[in-house]
Amino acid sequence: MEIVVCVKQVPDTTEIRFDSGTNTLIREGVPGIVNPFDKNAVEAALQLREKTGGKVTVVTMGPPQAKNALKECIAMGADEAVLVSDRALAGADALATSRALAAAIRALERYDLIICGRQAIDGDTAQVGPGIAECLGIPQVTCVQKIELDGTAARVERETEEGYDVVESGMPLLVTVGKGINVPRYPTVRDTMKANRKEIAVMAAAELQACVRKPGLGGSPVRVRKISAPPPRAQGEVIQAESAAEAVDALLRKLSDRKVI
Amino acid sequence: MALAVNTEKRGGECAAGAPERGAGEKTVGKDKAEYRGVLVYAEQDRGKLKNVGYELLSAGRKLADALGQELAALVIGEDVAGLAPALIARGADKVYVVEGPEYGAYSTDGYAIAMEDVVGACRPSAVLIGATNDGRDLAPRVSCRLGTGLVADCIELGVDEETGLVAWTRPAFGGRILATALCPEHRPQMGTVRPRIFQRPEADAARTGQVIRVASKVQSGDIRTRLLETVQVCAAGCNLEEADVIVSGGRGLGGAEAFALLQNLADTLGGTVGASRAVVDAGWIPAVHQVGQTGKTVGPKIYFACGISGAVQHLAGMSSSDIIIAINKDPDAPIFKVADYGIVGDALEILPLLTAKIGKMLNR
Ligand SMILES: Cc1cc2nc3c(=O)[nH]c(=O)nc-3n(C[C@H](O)[C@H](O)[C@H](O)COP(=O)(O)OP(=O)(O)OC[C@H]3O[C@@H](n4cnc5c(N)ncnc54)[C@H](O)[C@@H]3O)c2cc1C
Ligand SMILES: Nc1ncnc2c1ncn2[C@@H]1O[C@H](COP(=O)(O)O)[C@@H](O)[C@H]1O
Repeated sequence: MEIVVCVKQVPDTTEIRFDSGTNTLIREGVPGIVNPFDKNAVEAALQLREKTGGKVTVVTMGPPQAKNALKECIAMGADEAVLVSDRALAGADALATSRALAAAIRALERYDLIICGRQAIDGDTAQVGPGIAECLGIPQVTCVQKIELDGTAARVERETEEGYDVVESGMPLLVTVGKGINVPRYPTVRDTMKANRKEIAVMAAAELQACVRKPGLGGSPVRVRKISAPPPRAQGEVIQAESAAEAVDALLRKLSDRKVI
Repeated sequence: MALAVNTEKRGGECAAGAPERGAGEKTVGKDKAEYRGVLVYAEQDRGKLKNVGYELLSAGRKLADALGQELAALVIGEDVAGLAPALIARGADKVYVVEGPEYGAYSTDGYAIAMEDVVGACRPSAVLIGATNDGRDLAPRVSCRLGTGLVADCIELGVDEETGLVAWTRPAFGGRILATALCPEHRPQMGTVRPRIFQRPEADAARTGQVIRVASKVQSGDIRTRLLETVQVCAAGCNLEEADVIVSGGRGLGGAEAFALLQNLADTLGGTVGASRAVVDAGWIPAVHQVGQTGKTVGPKIYFACGISGAVQHLAGMSSSDIIIAINKDPDAPIFKVADYGIVGDALEILPLLTAKIGKMLNR
């Protein structure tokens, strides 16, 4: 069983910087963490490997320091790591990112299952997983909370608005996972130190088989025109009252004045 | 300008994704101006249209009118032609129907083929899709297949004055910034839009429109996933995305038992129970109830936050509610910064009072 996990390094800070020239976010210099859902993805892969054997490869696309995210995944227990990194990929939108990652995955010898996080907490787009699946021409199931493999088929639970669906698929298959699927393990200090010494293969855009003729910003249909702070909600009021009962009465008066109830 | 629209192949191509098969960005050599009108995907579930489809018709109508173009709707399902009049009454000039037993359950593969075909047939300038679970599964698959851009989870739509393009506005970084994006060179311009952002239009039975059936091109083997079972975790009507009233509880409620108090208030108001991540993690309530960045994004008319501190990740999922009411012991809790009305006090004491008094008001 060859499992590929796509992990993204996302900024850990509330301090958001962006380049107003190209209207893209500057990731250099902002401390990064592994996207929380992607840790769930790695954990899911490790648990499957424990059951079925095989190999877990983590792939990321990002600037050179995204290596640190891969090392964290290696410390958790991933076997191999690939960093897709190239200046030409800067400014990639979800489509360009999907294409580049799909090309990197296609360059691997084999893949049976690809696991992505449900969404990256910086962009919040939830597009890259389905995009990779489309580029590779393989089926997808998104928002998965449980994965069982039996030989050549996968049986997964997909979150729905009111519960979940049980879905069966052949492989190769791409799934995206939510945080409900597991609790990611913490690497030991020893494994972290070992992972830090690991060499990480770097793939440049030119090496990507599918060479994304126009990688990065040039191959990205979506252009950010403007970034702004969300309008603050109007300052509300805290109801002052002598007792809980009076506070409730006051609240209900206000709600019925506004014809809410 | 050449367009990167790939309508010849389905799956596995993703325009520039597969040069070993000789594909670069496929160009159809057509002018962008050939893509006209707005197409709204009217999602249905077991033969019933979801509210978000109606909401998108009102957003789509405004866009179409601003562009001086037509508004079309698309419905895909097993037996759904009967839904067309409702869509026409709410603003659609045309309704595309793709029907067949193969669409009885949602599948990415089947629905993507249907949507791709309709986009190929009607060449819309913009496609609006509800940001539901299925919508967010389908839209990126289709946009990637067409080699065009997609803006996910929008909360505002407009027309960019300078270019006449659709201006898609969406939150990012857990709601800390809003980004407005355009898709200048590729068609169609695609976006998913959050439920409950737009009002449902009134039905106008006098409106007329055209119903166009598009033959299903799905063949056996195209749908590679199989739905084995649908499991409902909570009682009917726990769809938070479509709820008018949500009564949410957090760690401040002290334990799972207290959620009965939330349920009572929710029942009285015809609402749904929500929760913070802390209580989902504690196992007090199943994850389908979680509101927030890693849970559901909701926008009810009234949101009660009881014993919830108001962490940014929670706010990211509920701050577009019309009215927020917070009940918290701690006067400095951040939830009071976003609440329209706050009560400083013990939720365990206030909830039963509130339920009883509202019950009396509503005669329940
Ligand atoms: C990557 C990431 C993603 C996350 N995603 C989400 C998400 O999607 N949704 C989410 O909710 N959280 C999310 N979180 C967690 C979030 O940061 C908070 O930890 C969580 O929202 C806190 O839940 P809470 O408000 O119930 O608990 P607490 O923060 O512990 O707050 C409890 C509140 O109850 C009050 N209280 C205590 N007793 C009473 C009483 N008797 N009556 C009234 N009030 C009382 C207290 O004053 C306090 O304000 C995420 C965190 C991370 C790092
Ligand atoms: N640059 C990237 N490198 C590796 N994986 C990524 C990257 N961007 C997105 N992903 C994967 O796609 C998922 C969804 O990301 P997004 O579509 O950006 O919300 C993430 O959880 C990752 O698994």
